[in-house]
Amino acid sequence: MSHAFLEIEGLSKRYLAANHGEGLTVFEHINFGIEKGEFVCVIGHSGCGKSTILNVLAGLDDASDGVVIMNGKEVAGPSLDRGVIFQNYSLLPWLSAMKNVAFGVQARWPTWSKDKLHEHSLKYLDLVGLKDAAHRKPSELSGGMRQRVSIARAFATQPQLLLMDEPFGALDALTRGVIQEELIKIWSESKQTVFMITHDVDEAILLSDRVLLMTNGPYARIAESVKISIPRPRNRNSIIHDPGYYKIRNHLVDFLVSRSKELSGAAGEEVRETTFVDPAIEDDDPLETDKALAKTGS
Amino acid sequence: MLKSLNTRAALLSVGLLMLTLGVWEVSVQVPEKKEAMSEYEMLMGGADQEARVPPPSDIISLALEELGDPFYDAGPNDKGIGIQLGYSIYRVIAGFLAAAAIAIPIGFVVGMSPLMYKALNPFIQVLRPISPLAWMPLALFVIKDSEASAIFVIFICSIWPMLINTAFGVANVRMDWVNVARTHELSPMRTALTVILPAAAPTILTGMRISIGIAWLVIVAAEMLVGGTGIGYYVWNEWNNLDLASVIFSILMIGLVGMLLDLMLSAASRFVQYQE
Repeated sequence: MSHAFLEIEGLSKRYLAANHGEGLTVFEHINFGIEKGEFVCVIGHSGCGKSTILNVLAGLDDASDGVVIMNGKEVAGPSLDRGVIFQNYSLLPWLSAMKNVAFGVQARWPTWSKDKLHEHSLKYLDLVGLKDAAHRKPSELSGGMRQRVSIARAFATQPQLLLMDEPFGALDALTRGVIQEELIKIWSESKQTVFMITHDVDEAILLSDRVLLMTNGPYARIAESVKISIPRPRNRNSIIHDPGYYKIRNHLVDFLVSRSKELSGAAGEEVRETTFVDPAIEDDDPLETDKALAKTGS
Repeated sequence: MLKSLNTRAALLSVGLLMLTLGVWEVSVQVPEKKEAMSEYEMLMGGADQEARVPPPSDIISLALEELGDPFYDAGPNDKGIGIQLGYSIYRVIAGFLAAAAIAIPIGFVVGMSPLMYKALNPFIQVLRPISPLAWMPLALFVIKDSEASAIFVIFICSIWPMLINTAFGVANVRMDWVNVARTHELSPMRTALTVILPAAAPTILTGMRISIGIAWLVIVAAEMLVGGTGIGYYVWNEWNNLDLASVIFSILMIGLVGMLLDLMLSAASRFVQYQE
C-alpha cells in the first residue's frame, strides 16, 4: 500500500508531562492507507485518539511523529482539499443556511461571480433537501437539518478527501438513519474519498468499504482493518438480510467489547502489524484467531 | 380587569410619578404668613428668608419655555438648552468615535495574540482605574485647548470598556468557527473580518454601550471644569445664578439624552446579535 491515495505512516501523539512526570502517549505506530474513492470508518473507544488522527489529517492538529501523505505530497496545515464535517455542525450562526454553504464555495473559488456562487450553493442545498430552508439561520433549523447544511457545505467545495468526526453522533436514531441514506446517495454520485469516525457499528457497516478498529488508549494502535464486502447499493432495510451482515457485526462488536482491551499496547512494545480481515468469508471462528493473535502480541 | 402587564406597569409608573410630584409640590410651598410683615421684611420687599427647592410646577413651566425655543443664542452665558446639549453630544460622539477607532483594532490584536495580551495587560490595568478627570490638567497643558481637552477626556474614558470587551470577545470566539476558517484556507485578514468580527460583534457592542454611558457621565463633570459651553457648564452656571429650576430641568435633560444614547446603541446591537 505504498502508493495509496492517502498514506499515514508511523503517526503518533504524545503529550509531555509537567513536573518531570511521565508523559502520555495517546497512540503510536499508526499506519494505514486509503484508496481513492474509498469510504473508511474508524471505530474505537473514547480516548483512543480517533479525533486526534482526524484533526491531524485535517491539518488542525500536529502529530508528534509520523507523516500523512496525500497524492504523493506531505500534508501540512489545513487545506480546502480536505473538507471536514464536525459533530457539532460548526455552522456560522449569523449566516443563513445558503450563506453558510456559499461561505465554503467562495473560499474554494474566490473568482466566481455572485450568480454562479448562488447557483452552485443552491444545488448542494437541494441535494440534501434543504432548498426551501435556504434563507433560515442555523438556530431556526433542527439538529438534523443543521448537519445537512454542514454536509452540503463540505460536498459543495468538492474536497479530495472528506473527514467526518462522528457526524451523526448528536442526532436521534430516526434522523440519523435518514441522513445516512442521504449521505450514501450523495457519496455514490460524487465518489468522494471519505474518512469517518463513528461509535455506531451499524452505521460503519452501512456506509463503509473498510472499518479500521482501534485498541484502547494509551498506546492505542490500529489492530484490524475489516473489509465490508456487502455489495452496494446498500440500504438500512435490506442490509440486515445480507448473509455476511451478522458475521461482520459480531466481529466488530466483539472487538469493541473484549479485544480492544486485550490488544491494547504498552510502552516500549515492538510495532505490530495491522491484520486484514474479511469476516463475511472467513470460515473459522474469529474469536479463536484473535485469541491466538493476542497471545503472539503479548 | 386590566390584563396586559405593560398597561398595568404604565399605570403604576404614572401613579408613582404623580404621587412624587404631588408630595414635592406640597412640601415646598411657602407657608402662609399669619402676622403682618415686620418693618424689616417690608424693607426687604417681602422676600422669603428661607431658600426653597422650586416646586415641580415651576420646573414644568420653565421646561415648556426652554423647550419651546431650545436653540436661541443670546451671548456666552445665555444659550438655549438645545445648543448646550448639542455641544455635549458633539464632544461625547467625537471622543467616543476616536476611542472606538483605536480600541477596537487594538482589542482585536490583544484578543488574537496571547503575546500582545501579556505585553499590554499591565498598561491597561494601570491606566484603566484612573479617573478620566485626573487627565484634565495634563490634557489642558499638552493640548492647550479646553474644547479638545474635554474631547480627550471622553476619549480616554471610553477607550477601556471597548478595548477590554473587544479583546474578550475576540479571544473567546468558539474554536469551531476558527477551525471552519482554517479548513477553508481563509487568510488571517479574511478570517478576522468574516468570522471573528461577526462572532465577537455582540460583545464589542456591549463594550461600546458601556463606553458611551460612561462618556455621558464624564462629560458633565468635564464641562463643569472647562466651562464655556455644554450641559455640564450650563448646570454649573445656573447654580451660580441660583436658578434651581434650571438646574433641575437640566438634570432631567441629562438623564433623557443619556437614555437616548443608550437606546441607539442597544438598537445597533440588535443588528449584530445572533443565536447559537
